[in-house]
Amino acid sequence: MAFSVVGKSVQRVDAVAKVTGKAKYTDDFYERDMLVGKILRSPYAHAKVKKIDVSKAKALPGVEAVLTYWDVPHLKFATAGHPYALDPSHRDKEDRFILTDKARFVGDAVAAVVATDELIAQQALQLIEVEYEVLEALTTPEKALGEGAPLIHEDCERNILAARGYHIGDVEASFAESDYVIEGEYETSIVQHCHLENHISYARQDSDGRIIIVSSTQIPHITRRIVAQALGLPWGRVRVLKPYIGGGFGNKQDVCVEPLNAAMTLAVGGRPVKLELSREECMIDTRTRHAFKFKMKTGVSKAGKLKGIQIEAISNTGAYASHGHSIAMSAGTKFRPLYAFESIKYDPVTVYTNLPAAGAMRGYGVPQIQFALESHIEDIVNKLGFDPIEFRRRNLAGVGYVDPLSKNKVYSNGLAECITKGKELIRWEEKQAGYSRQSGDRRRGLGLACFAYASGTHPVGLELSGARIVLNQDGSVQLQIGATEIGQGSDTVFAQMAAEVLGLPMDMVHVISTQDTDITPFDTGAYASRQTYIAGMAVKKAALEVKEKILNFVWGMTDIPAEMLDLKEQNVVYKHSGEVVLPLAEVAMHTYYDTVFAQPITSDTSNNARVNAMSFGVTFAEVEIDLKTGKIEVKEIFNVHDSGKIINPKLAEGQVHGGVSMGIGYALSEQMLFDEETGKPLNNNLLDYKLPTIMDTPDIGVAFVETEEPSGAFGVKSLGEPPAISPAPAIRNAVLAATGVKFNRLPMNPQRVFEKFKQAGLI
Amino acid sequence: MLKKISFTVNGKALSLEIDIRESLLEVLRTRLGFTGVKKGCGVGECGACTVLIDGTPIDSCIYLAVWAEGKSITTIEGVASKDGELSKVQQAFVEEGAIQCGFCTPGLVLTTTALAESGKEYTREELKRELSGHFCRCTGYNNILKAAEKSLKPEEHQCACGHHGEK
Repeated sequence: MAFSVVGKSVQRVDAVAKVTGKAKYTDDFYERDMLVGKILRSPYAHAKVKKIDVSKAKALPGVEAVLTYWDVPHLKFATAGHPYALDPSHRDKEDRFILTDKARFVGDAVAAVVATDELIAQQALQLIEVEYEVLEALTTPEKALGEGAPLIHEDCERNILAARGYHIGDVEASFAESDYVIEGEYETSIVQHCHLENHISYARQDSDGRIIIVSSTQIPHITRRIVAQALGLPWGRVRVLKPYIGGGFGNKQDVCVEPLNAAMTLAVGGRPVKLELSREECMIDTRTRHAFKFKMKTGVSKAGKLKGIQIEAISNTGAYASHGHSIAMSAGTKFRPLYAFESIKYDPVTVYTNLPAAGAMRGYGVPQIQFALESHIEDIVNKLGFDPIEFRRRNLAGVGYVDPLSKNKVYSNGLAECITKGKELIRWEEKQAGYSRQSGDRRRGLGLACFAYASGTHPVGLELSGARIVLNQDGSVQLQIGATEIGQGSDTVFAQMAAEVLGLPMDMVHVISTQDTDITPFDTGAYASRQTYIAGMAVKKAALEVKEKILNFVWGMTDIPAEMLDLKEQNVVYKHSGEVVLPLAEVAMHTYYDTVFAQPITSDTSNNARVNAMSFGVTFAEVEIDLKTGKIEVKEIFNVHDSGKIINPKLAEGQVHGGVSMGIGYALSEQMLFDEETGKPLNNNLLDYKLPTIMDTPDIGVAFVETEEPSGAFGVKSLGEPPAISPAPAIRNAVLAATGVKFNRLPMNPQRVFEKFKQAGLI
Repeated sequence: MLKKISFTVNGKALSLEIDIRESLLEVLRTRLGFTGVKKGCGVGECGACTVLIDGTPIDSCIYLAVWAEGKSITTIEGVASKDGELSKVQQAFVEEGAIQCGFCTPGLVLTTTALAESGKEYTREELKRELSGHFCRCTGYNNILKAAEKSLKPEEHQCACGHHGEK
């Protein structure tokens, strides 16, 4: 179908605001008498707070309030940004207080200060005297699971947060029928989101005593609920505003600073208090990506058919549950529509440790499992002498796959075409021939890795998105969505969808980007690559309703039946000929000012989606390895995606660039380091944490295979998270092809690579 | 201790009393309201707070405000023309899709502006080196590099004949 706005690379609706510095982020809502909040953090990874003396801090001039565990409500709450579940058994683990009486990682919040400025707040923190009873620091899952290990949370035996797995078919029978059974172990690192804007919020009470919070969050409506729960308030007493956001990547799909910020304003009579984390704080006291260890065992037939797979996974969730239980499940779920295994046994265990809490991060467990799975597949292919591309292609689950557990059906799957396209783009065959016999210190190799991903969380979670459209007097519309723009471009694609349905140019669709839980429609927020798919349908529904109302109104004005009419280029036209009946602006004026028939046209609707479209894709990578230094350079990299219809190619390409860059960092340089004895963070800053710079980032090739997904508005599927999934295993497989050395642990940084090459006798 | 400083911000001469411990970032943001100057780390690692000081890109978070005495500062608010027309660099960032969350954008636009105004030519690798003080987590830098290259390209011939560039 031909579209006029959808499918075009129109300019971002917020581009000019952002490039001129006019776009307002949370910290830009500065108020003159705003107080500053600061957090006192535990120096110990695991310790009970025996005694806190805050008298000296309170006596410091300029200190307005000091809070400890004993000053805040003792209501345990969960921080994960999931929709509320009416069924108590589906709720997230409630394991937090606003301030703790037991530190569970180095940096845990044990007290907080509100002062007139940052310096006084900082001085006051130093005046708080805390007596700790230091406990054993459990810095690895092995230690935490060990016999006799102290409990990090008293109600979780062996420090296990969750261990829910599943069986599909009989994996032992599959192994018995297999010609080969191959095993492998793989390990990923703790990494961090490193969005440029740190976590920040400010809170105050309005004249009615309601708590108003401006926050850099991906989930304003969920934040409202969790703040209310943590403080024991009716949910309506809290109002959350989300202005422009400086990136999130899942880290702001968690409620990190807002409950404490709300407690701070309550402690000072409702005066405005800002709570801003420094970069160093943000890297330990928000969330990280779970490190996983996998054991995989796979049965394969002589013909190269995957039979059964058994996966054991240990996930390190750190000090608090956050999304932990859910991420291990996500990892075990989203790979299923990729390859046609006849049996799967998945046994995950998510373990508390005395490290910073891990949570949602772009890909939600899937970059971890796909690193393991696609490395494992490559090891199988290598051992049995299959072609890596043909082996994968032969085993694809394809269209029509019905997930045996979720019962979700795949209606579109362009992965086979993605693989063909990627192979051509990187010139696989031509290069492969040249790399078969290499010697010398610099070696090149090619690798690939595939992935499958979901669009939203159905059937696990509620998928509800609201949209509201108001027709203005001039024939333009306001578009309000509950979905959250955090940089990914969702406001722009929603405007494109509304413009498409209503026959408007982009500048006649005014998107309200700021979310305000008092005003904007309900939506659960930016996560799970859900918004274009779920909220997009809500926008389409709202636009169709406005269109129907406009055409009916014109019927009343002109006696031309609505069925004969359409909207095109700001006019009401005859559907059959395109001849203009009335300018839309004239109709709009009548909807407001006709003394008899005036009735302004609006739509306020939502989409409760009970579908989930699988998206697919592949990374092809070419690397050059310097054996002498251990440095791996990505020479070429292509990501080819089936994300259904691409609403805005330029923005979509940008999502892929960013995701691939994150994947390259995951592969080659990024890891959070902690002292194994004490749990102290060693590199929680942007100097020592090796985030890719522009110099580390190659040209990233992007291509799309546009399938038509019947369950998505205009045929869309997810795209936000998928690009970050497959680069790391593709790079790993390319390194294997170049050197014969298996890197089963991330990251493949020069030090580790060098050491491994030495072990392997390459140098 | 307070000290009076005089400097120019976006072409406007200003005098104000500041705490000598304040960074230029703090003075620009909280006293003068130039909130387009972003704080990403506060210690000179990320480049988000970059402003031009006498034409040179500097991290304003690690530049004491007292050092700005007599200097001419350009923030992102001073890049577009007074009637709101975007500069060539800003236009290139918009057109090339170099903007996502927008938090690194002001700093990158200012550094690119300094490069463009230097009149020098840069190879791709040199340009990458010049921009490497800016972190961006959204874009993978590809479109930022394209925008910078476009910004530094000499003005193209454009006329009604429909041809672009050299014939």
